[in-house]
Parts: sequence; C-alpha cells; structure tokens
Amino acid sequence: MSMNIIDMTATQLSTAIRAGETTAVEAAEALLAQIEKEDKNYNCYVTVDREGALAQARAVQAKIEAGELAGPLAGVPVAVKDNICTEGLRTTCSSKILHNFVPTYTAEAVKNLQKAGAVILGKTNMDEFAMGSTTETSAYGPTKNPRNIEHVPGGSSGGSAAAVAADECIYAIGSDTGGSIRQPASYCGVVGMKPTYGTVSRYGLIAYGSSLDQIGPLTKDVRDCAAVLEVLASHDTKDSTSVSRDDTDFTAALTEDVKGMRIGIPNDYLGEGLGDEVRTAVLQAAEVLADSGAVVERFDLSLVEYAIPAYYTIAAAEASSNLERFDGIKYGYRTEEYAGLHNMYKKSRSEGFGEEVKRRIMLGSFVLSSGYYDAYYLKALKVKALIKKAFDEAFSKYDLILGPVAPTTAPKLGESLADPIQMYLGDIYTIAVNLAGLPGISVPCGQDSKGLPIGLQLIGDCFQEKKLIRAAYTYEQRGQVQ
Amino acid sequence: MANIISDETIEYVGILAKLELSDEEKEQAKSDMGRMLDYIDKLGELDTTDVEPMSHVFSVENVFREDVVTNGDERERLLSNAPQEKDGMFVVPRTFE
Repeated sequence: MSMNIIDMTATQLSTAIRAGETTAVEAAEALLAQIEKEDKNYNCYVTVDREGALAQARAVQAKIEAGELAGPLAGVPVAVKDNICTEGLRTTCSSKILHNFVPTYTAEAVKNLQKAGAVILGKTNMDEFAMGSTTETSAYGPTKNPRNIEHVPGGSSGGSAAAVAADECIYAIGSDTGGSIRQPASYCGVVGMKPTYGTVSRYGLIAYGSSLDQIGPLTKDVRDCAAVLEVLASHDTKDSTSVSRDDTDFTAALTEDVKGMRIGIPNDYLGEGLGDEVRTAVLQAAEVLADSGAVVERFDLSLVEYAIPAYYTIAAAEASSNLERFDGIKYGYRTEEYAGLHNMYKKSRSEGFGEEVKRRIMLGSFVLSSGYYDAYYLKALKVKALIKKAFDEAFSKYDLILGPVAPTTAPKLGESLADPIQMYLGDIYTIAVNLAGLPGISVPCGQDSKGLPIGLQLIGDCFQEKKLIRAAYTYEQRGQVQ
Repeated sequence: MANIISDETIEYVGILAKLELSDEEKEQAKSDMGRMLDYIDKLGELDTTDVEPMSHVFSVENVFREDVVTNGDERERLLSNAPQEKDGMFVVPRTFE
C-alpha cells in the first residue's frame, strides 16, 4: 500500500480493504488518530465515537472477510452532521437545547450507509439547527477552515466539509436547505452535492425547512460523491415526500463525456457582488467544459434577486413551526426555575436557542401570523412558483446551468454575524436550487491569491443528477485544479 | 426603515413563538425584523395575480399506510431523554389550578 489511509478516497480505501492490504479496523484507527491529532485545531466534531467506531469496524471487517460486504463504502469511516439522528449517539444540532439528546432511532440515510458497511466516526459541528453560513452559530464553538484557520469553513455543514478537508474522515454527509452542503464544500475545497428533493429520505433529519431540506454527500472527489449518493438514495415510506426512483445507479454516470451537452451560464450569476478571482476561476472551468465538447453560452435566468427574500420567508416560516417541538418536556434542555407551564416553555426555549435561531423563529412566527400570512408567506410561495417556472424555461434550452457557488471565498472568522442580511446575500447562487427542488453540485475549481478554495456550481433539472455527475467528473479529470 | 415594528407586535410575536426576550433582545428583534421585512417587501415588485402558491415542487399526494404498529416498546429509552420523569411518565408543571 503506497498511500496513507487518511489520504485515500472511499473508493481507494474500500479497494485496499477488499484486497487485504489494510482492514476496516486499521482504517478507523488511522482516522481516529488523525482526529485526536488535528481536531483541537479545527473543531470539526461535536462528538467523536471512538469505541463505537472501532466496534463497527470490527463487525464490518468480519462481514467483508465473509464476502457479505463488497461495495465502495464497505469499511470506510464517515462523519455525520449533527442534525442527523444516530441511535445511541448524542445528536445536538449544535444547540444547547439538545445538549444531552440521545436518539432512539437512526436516520434512514445513515441506515443505508450502515447497510453498505460505513463506519461512523462521530457527529460534525454545524450552524445551530443549520441556520447560518459560517458554522459560527454553533453552541459548541466555531469550526475553522483547514485550508486557513483564520477563515470560516462555511456552513451550515461546516464541520462535515472541514472534516473531509482535514482528512479527519474519508467522506461526510451533511444537509442542504439553502446551500448548506455546496457552500462549505466550496470554501473547504471538497466536492459536495445536494440531490433532487425527495431523493434521500429525511426520516431522522432534524427538520429546519422541511420543503427545502435534503441530505447529501461531501467527498474528496466526484467518484466518491456518486458512490455515496447511490447508497444514500432510497424510497422511504417514513418520509411522505420521498420519491421512488429507478435511476439511482449514479456511478454509471462517471464518464468523461460532455460532447454536445448544452450548458447555460446565467448573466445574473456573474454580475455585481461577484469577486473577480471567483469569476475568473468559474469562467475558466466553463472553458474546460467547452473545450471538451460542451456548448456553453450565457443567458438571462431572471428573478435571481427575488430568491433570497422568498427563501428566508419560507424557511423562517417552516422553522418556526418545526422548532415548536423543543419545549423542555420530552427531551433536551429545561430551565432551572419557572412559574407554570407557559413560563417554562418560554424560558427553556429562550435559554436553549441561540440568537440566529431566535431571530428566524420570530420572523417565521410573524409571517405566518394572521393579517400577515397572505402578504408575506403566501406571496413567497407564489414567487417560488415563478422561480420554478424560470428554471423550467432554462432547462428547456440547457442540460445544465453553470455558475459560482458563492460570491467570494471563505470570509474571516468573526466577520459575518454582525450583519445578518449581508450574510444572507452570500447565498444568492445556491438557494434558488432548493426553492425549485433541483440537484446541484459544488466542485473545486482553483483558489484565490490567498490560497482559499473556489467552487464551481453545476445545477441540473430535477432528477438529472447523472448529467451533473458526468459534467463534474469530466471537469475534474480535465480541469487544472491547483 | 419602512417597516416599524411596535412594542405590541414584538410582544405578540413573542407569545406566538413562545420566546421570552429581554428588553435589549426586544429592541434588537424590532430592528432586525424591520430590516428583514423591508428586504422581503421586494417580493411586492412582482405581479403574482393568478399565480398558484407552490408549497411542494412536485405534485405530492397523501401517502397512506395500514395502521399497524411496527416499532417496539421504547418507553424506557424515550423517557431517558426527558428532563424529568416519574413512574413512566413525563413530569410537567401544574397546568390546572
């Protein structure tokens, strides 16, 4: 074996394990040692499950040796975002209100990974309840970007992206409500994908904006991304929005072939607010695809500037409803002193939730309240319909849409939270994808003069993950990523 | 700021949201919400007459299943997460006088 275990992709590591060059136990030990050595610098994990990981690794190794497990994830250590339930393993959503919550069941997506032989190392840090773009709203301290620790890793799946970048896991899973997989993947220089809404079961994902949330992979390369998504995807009767698909053999799309593929770049995605170095890197990536035979052109997507206000109205409304369940009775934090039931609810929630979460619950409660429901919430749902229509029109002309993931590279720690609206504006290229239920992938496409990674975003029509994977794989093989 | 949030509104929203804000937090919330609503008002620029509100991207229908219990008795494990429990039940503050 010529490579270090921690430097391997999932595909490489599972191949080495099957060949008997290493074992699932050695792999888990290597990653746990790396976490031990590095995580004090980055804070990628909220909880590390050393004993559990070693026990899983021993069980998986036995199955591999018995010939019962052979896939690309068999024996490979994974990190799981801390809003995805894991039976017997603390799940906090990076919130004080769930500081001691131990789920009694495992999320369907994680069960799918376990069936494929995944070894869960622990739970990764995130913005509290996935509300944020920097992982700085975590109640357990911020995660730092492994490419430069003065900068944020992005968010909300910042711990997952940073853990992949810091070789503290082989791959990770996260959740994406408005860009929460793609943006941290971009900031940390890894691959991240948000699948079509309904592709991965949300059963066991602690809800933020239920109509927008999707679980997806964060990986070192596009091949692993396809392999992980293939395992995550399943039709689940426990999630009423789960879609039954028969085209989830995503690894079949790992071919270098974009000949004749029609790719549109929205003019609005290259306009005001976009950093020069990001623009240059993204357009160079488009050149690579054009040189490989794709037909690349610019077009007007329209309505781009309305996506953020529509998104924050809908997401806040859904959040205010979803987070009603945290009441200090069934699980989680309860305040010490209170006078009666309602006072206990109010005090437990006010002390248990952080600032950004309270801000969104307040906004959501307001836009759903009588007298404002039509003007705000219903209006946003109508705008969502118009945005979906704009994408439908775009996909009648193009196979894929190409653009940046975020306007800039990762900001410095401590610079984002003071001005929430400014922070929300950073989501401009990712959130429309969630509103329209589309799949999107972030692929590294270079770095800026400070050495911070830049991400290329490819967006497909619903259920067109294979086109995304094909284009991303082709770019990864032919592009010159520094 | 076009949207001025009154003390009464913040008080009312606090009741709906089941949040108890300090005076300082209330002032901050008034200003934050006002700014966000100013921003959201941008949606008013679009004519949405005759547009159907879209809650789900795909046409989803109710999913039904037989009413059969598939999980086992998890009372002990569920209660182990409760801040306070007694005799197999959640303990809550007095709700009736």
